[in-house]
Amino acid sequence: MGLRLPSKVLEHILSFIDSNEDRNSVSLVCKSWFETERKTRKRVFVGNCYAVSPAAVAKRFPEMRSLTLKGKPHFADYNLVPDGWGGYAWPWIEAMAAKCPSLEEIRLKRMVVTDECLEKIAASFKDFEVLVLTSCEGFSTDGIAAIAATCRNLRVLELRECIVEDLGGDWLSYFPETSTSLVSLDFSCLDSEVKISDLERLVSRSPNLKSLKLNPAVTLDGLVSLLRRAPQLTELGTGSFAAQLKPEAFSKLSEAFSNCKQLQSLSGLWDVLPEYLPALYSVCPGLTSLNLSYATVRMPDLVELLRRCSKLQKLWVMDLIEDKGLEAVASYCKELQELRVFPSAPDLDEANIPLTEQGLVFVSKGCRKLESVLYFCVQFTNAALLTIARKRPNLKCFRLCVIEPFAPDYKTNEPLDKGFKAIAEGCKDLRRLSVSGLLSDKAFKYIGKHAKKVRMLSIAFAGDSDLMLHHLLSGCESLKKLEIRDCPFGDTALLEHAAKLETMRSLWMSSCFVSFGACKILSQKMPRLNVEVIDEHPPETRPESSPVERIYIYRTVAGPRMDTPEFVWTIHKNPEIGVSHLAIK
Amino acid sequence: MDEFVNLKETELRLGLPGTDNVCEAKERVSCCNNNNKRVLSTDTEKEIESSSRKTETSPPRKAQIVGWPPVRSYRKNNIQSKKNESEHEGQGIYVKVSMDGAPYLRKIDLSCYKGYSELLKALEVMFKFSVGEYFERDGYKGSDFVPTYEDKDGDWMLIGDVPWEMFICTCKRLRIMKGSEAKGLGCGV
Repeated sequence: MGLRLPSKVLEHILSFIDSNEDRNSVSLVCKSWFETERKTRKRVFVGNCYAVSPAAVAKRFPEMRSLTLKGKPHFADYNLVPDGWGGYAWPWIEAMAAKCPSLEEIRLKRMVVTDECLEKIAASFKDFEVLVLTSCEGFSTDGIAAIAATCRNLRVLELRECIVEDLGGDWLSYFPETSTSLVSLDFSCLDSEVKISDLERLVSRSPNLKSLKLNPAVTLDGLVSLLRRAPQLTELGTGSFAAQLKPEAFSKLSEAFSNCKQLQSLSGLWDVLPEYLPALYSVCPGLTSLNLSYATVRMPDLVELLRRCSKLQKLWVMDLIEDKGLEAVASYCKELQELRVFPSAPDLDEANIPLTEQGLVFVSKGCRKLESVLYFCVQFTNAALLTIARKRPNLKCFRLCVIEPFAPDYKTNEPLDKGFKAIAEGCKDLRRLSVSGLLSDKAFKYIGKHAKKVRMLSIAFAGDSDLMLHHLLSGCESLKKLEIRDCPFGDTALLEHAAKLETMRSLWMSSCFVSFGACKILSQKMPRLNVEVIDEHPPETRPESSPVERIYIYRTVAGPRMDTPEFVWTIHKNPEIGVSHLAIK
Repeated sequence: MDEFVNLKETELRLGLPGTDNVCEAKERVSCCNNNNKRVLSTDTEKEIESSSRKTETSPPRKAQIVGWPPVRSYRKNNIQSKKNESEHEGQGIYVKVSMDGAPYLRKIDLSCYKGYSELLKALEVMFKFSVGEYFERDGYKGSDFVPTYEDKDGDWMLIGDVPWEMFICTCKRLRIMKGSEAKGLGCGV
């Protein structure tokens, strides 16, 4: 009859396939493969919570053990998405509670999570083990307490850069005395002080604890006491390092660190005084990851620390490191794979740091394994970009933020087209690219043509015309996420490449020249795209040709969403109905 | 593809027709700014409005562009708050207070007050006068005295218009105006 693999055999084969991209391909082969795959998928990833309904996901993957969801568009991180836009976790939690009670892990990014959600999680999933909330908001420490109190097998509780209503440090005391399963705890984004004795006891009874990230309210004394109880830590986020400098304090700290022989990752270091840095020297040789991006430490002290970190793979630091410091990194940290340099003065009023394009050039030359860069710098040159591209063709992620909008190459006064062309052409494995500085349409012609593997592209204050968007949407074969702000393109390119949009996860455009009329046409032409117009003013009150403030377009099989706030306008697919916003409180 | 060759003609630009130089780029920045008003909290909105009136002749400060540079607010807040904490620790926010007709000035610590009503009550007691009632549209009614302050830009503003937190940060000195000079602010325009 045909060579048909028995489903048991297929199941067994599939148990070796972890990558969801591969599993998605498997599920397209034929119906029986689709069925076998869906019944065996344990880890489900939904990159846009509005692309599919919770019920559909729960139904398709009944054996789900782990769910990862992303909500708001990336530019929400920079306040470009108004509050109340959406991204609510509740419908998902509710659906999973009903259909997938064996769910063990939930990871949410940029979503609105309420205490109700957290209480529901605690109450519904008996084997719940992992909760990771990144850039989420909407909940209070009461919700966290519910998780701590009820989830007996909780292994991981991480609140990464969330906005939490902090009602005090009591939540920590809700971990029952019988709870010994913690492997990772991150409460670095909370403000309130927790009772150090509660934390000490929790740490003492958690022999598997590997990662602990404290909030700034934990003092140095507290840190010392915790390190003594958990010398097995591999990841540590310190609390506040500010304290009166006492000789005993320093030696106690130094000793505590020297006993942590497995420490690989260090972060926190809020308010770190340079005098205390030597206490860290003993762990430096073993560090693979160091986050100094909240430490206002300046130059010579930084180098003293970094030159001891020969195994460092990931370094996050502020521009206080200066070109000099990066030159040192280039010579001491030969294993470096990821570098992020943040601005110490984000408001630009005091931008006066001797960090230039030269710093990044040093690192590109000296660190052969460098593959991921995020670099904030006041201005840049084509020559530097060419050097970086030539030296580091293995770059996978290149995000350059030239802080001065429209800044040309400051040596030649030309646009940075040539430089970014070199990056796109030279770095063939580039997956993520953020461009900035003065760029003409030509730059995007090069990017469209050469950046074949780029999946996410971020653009601000660039381009001259529609050609820019045309080049991108007719090229960039792997493009999945495109986010654009303040660029002068309009309707033509968008409408011409409507089909491309269905091959992407999403497109964000703000402060561009896309008209409401074009949005209507696009929405009515593409049934499987949600075209959201996010604008203070009702589109009907303005001429159809006037530009809208923001547009968020994403492919979906769930149809228009039902939870839009009043400033989000969804265009009905039926031309007769026109515009509505289906706001349901 | 040919249709794109002549796109320059139909190009959408923010500058005046005929302008082709790079400095129009700075104009773009301020125009784009307006589109993002919705996103701003009222504090920043007012800051931007008042400082954009002020800098009509100078290029717009980059700090006014919403969400630029792209640094997460979580990160911005953590660096800023550390800076502010070290600046204000242990020191109050002392400003001089003058009253028209009074022989000498006083000094008060703004950080002692939680809001405008406390501040005004304290001033009333200190200078033995009363301010009347505040109306958003018309200012203070029912008294010859009008409480004003000088802000960072050097302008004299009516006390009570902006949110308290913003007021504390921008207030340089107070002045209680009296009589005819006060009429402009006190009795509505």
